[in-house]
Amino acid sequence: MVRLITHNLLSCHVKGCTRNNFPLRFQDVKVELREAEFNAEFLRNFVPRIEWKALVDAGKELGDTSLPEELPEMLGDEFLKKLHHVLLEIHVEEGAMVCPNCGHVYKIMSGIPNMLLTESEI
Amino acid sequence: MSRPELVAPPEIYYGDTEAKKYTSKCVLSTHSRKHSHPSSNFLPVPCQCSTRIQQIQSEMTYRALELLNLPEGEPKFLLDIGCGSGLSGEILDEEGHYWVGVDIAPSMLEVALEREVEGDLFLQDIGQGFGFRPGSFDGAISISVIQWLLNAETSHPSSSPPARLTRFFTSLYAALRNPSRAVLQFYPSSDDQIHLITSIAQRAGFGGGIVVDYPNSKKARKVFLCLFVGSGKMNDSVPRGLDGDGEEEVDDVDEGRRRKTIAYERRREKEKRRERSGKRKDLKTKDWIVKKKELYRQRGKESVPRDSKYTGRKRRPVF
Ligand SMILES: C[S@@+](CC[C@H](N)C(=O)[O-])C[C@H]1O[C@@H](n2cnc3c(N)ncnc32)[C@H](O)[C@@H]1O
Ligand SMILES: [Zn+2]
Repeated sequence: MVRLITHNLLSCHVKGCTRNNFPLRFQDVKVELREAEFNAEFLRNFVPRIEWKALVDAGKELGDTSLPEELPEMLGDEFLKKLHHVLLEIHVEEGAMVCPNCGHVYKIMSGIPNMLLTESEI
Repeated sequence: MSRPELVAPPEIYYGDTEAKKYTSKCVLSTHSRKHSHPSSNFLPVPCQCSTRIQQIQSEMTYRALELLNLPEGEPKFLLDIGCGSGLSGEILDEEGHYWVGVDIAPSMLEVALEREVEGDLFLQDIGQGFGFRPGSFDGAISISVIQWLLNAETSHPSSSPPARLTRFFTSLYAALRNPSRAVLQFYPSSDDQIHLITSIAQRAGFGGGIVVDYPNSKKARKVFLCLFVGSGKMNDSVPRGLDGDGEEEVDDVDEGRRRKTIAYERRREKEKRRERSGKRKDLKTKDWIVKKKELYRQRGKESVPRDSKYTGRKRRPVF
């Protein structure tokens, strides 16, 4: 159940991998769509936390092109509905997330990414 | 009985058998209804069945939420550290929050998947630190987990308890917004352990300190590490622990538990009254929660909280 809301907050945490380690790239993903309850208040509060370009790109990687390239100034309901879908309703079930810097592969199985590192990566 | 941390590493200890205790119903069917919900009546007979464990875990979750002191009625994005089978997560769902859970034990996470909790789950060793971007979370909770960080699993220097605690607290501090709180209930086995944990948290930048509930009751005593980001120094304005309501004079365990439950319900009563007086906005609409629970039941999920007039209503944090 990696959704883009969490993917957007996740960078690589391998030791020494501190630059260009975000966003993790998706690889061989299988996605599932699951309805979630729309909550405009939550979304409005969450928007300032989003790295917008990373979200738009990740959406595209998962086959969703509904988001505008630039974050609009007015957060109207129509926009928030799209944002809601991309952030909370697309679930990555299988595949992997790959660090753009060090290449570490975080495997995703049954929706759960394996974030465990080896001793040399800590 | 020796402490679980000394028996085996967490991902082994919390294997399928242990994980089951965090999901299945009590074998004594008369119990199942009694402790299916934290506000339900006290137990006439104490038991060590899974339902009892679940009740204790959920009581501590409600208390941790109280100590988080989130603004009333706002849905937040929270981190559940050592989320296990998603017991706390289910409560966060019900309270209208969004959350991410991390745990090192695959068997526990599997149970969380079966529960169909709403949060995103990660297989992660918190002693290795988090990779979340700065300011990701509005708060964090952790129930019965961080005592596990006090045991070295290997002789490698990177796995010494101070090294693991440092990575944990430093990356947690970074992942939290300013201002915010993290509330971590844990089972220290000595004052030295408490000191080690608080001093490393402090070095990582946190303010706050230790809250002890029911300090004089051997059974009910609970230790919460209440950490603040962006407000004050260590031991500054730490919330007060619960007094145990005279429980310390009570020898009888059942009587103690009964009083504790009463104290708990009294607090809930107060909250309810507050709810009625203020105009409060529902976080997740009642319809949504009822629909979701119905879905759970259809799928044969056990111990779905019953629907009541409180379903989907926000409880206000009180100290
Ligand atoms: C007593 S259980 C509590 C689970 C859950 N918080 C609850 O209240 O039901 C302790 C949990 O801590 C997890 N744990 C222990 N050490 C951990 C570590 N280093 N990283 C992540 N999780 C850990 C275990 O896998 C287990 O699920
Ligand atoms: Zn990396």
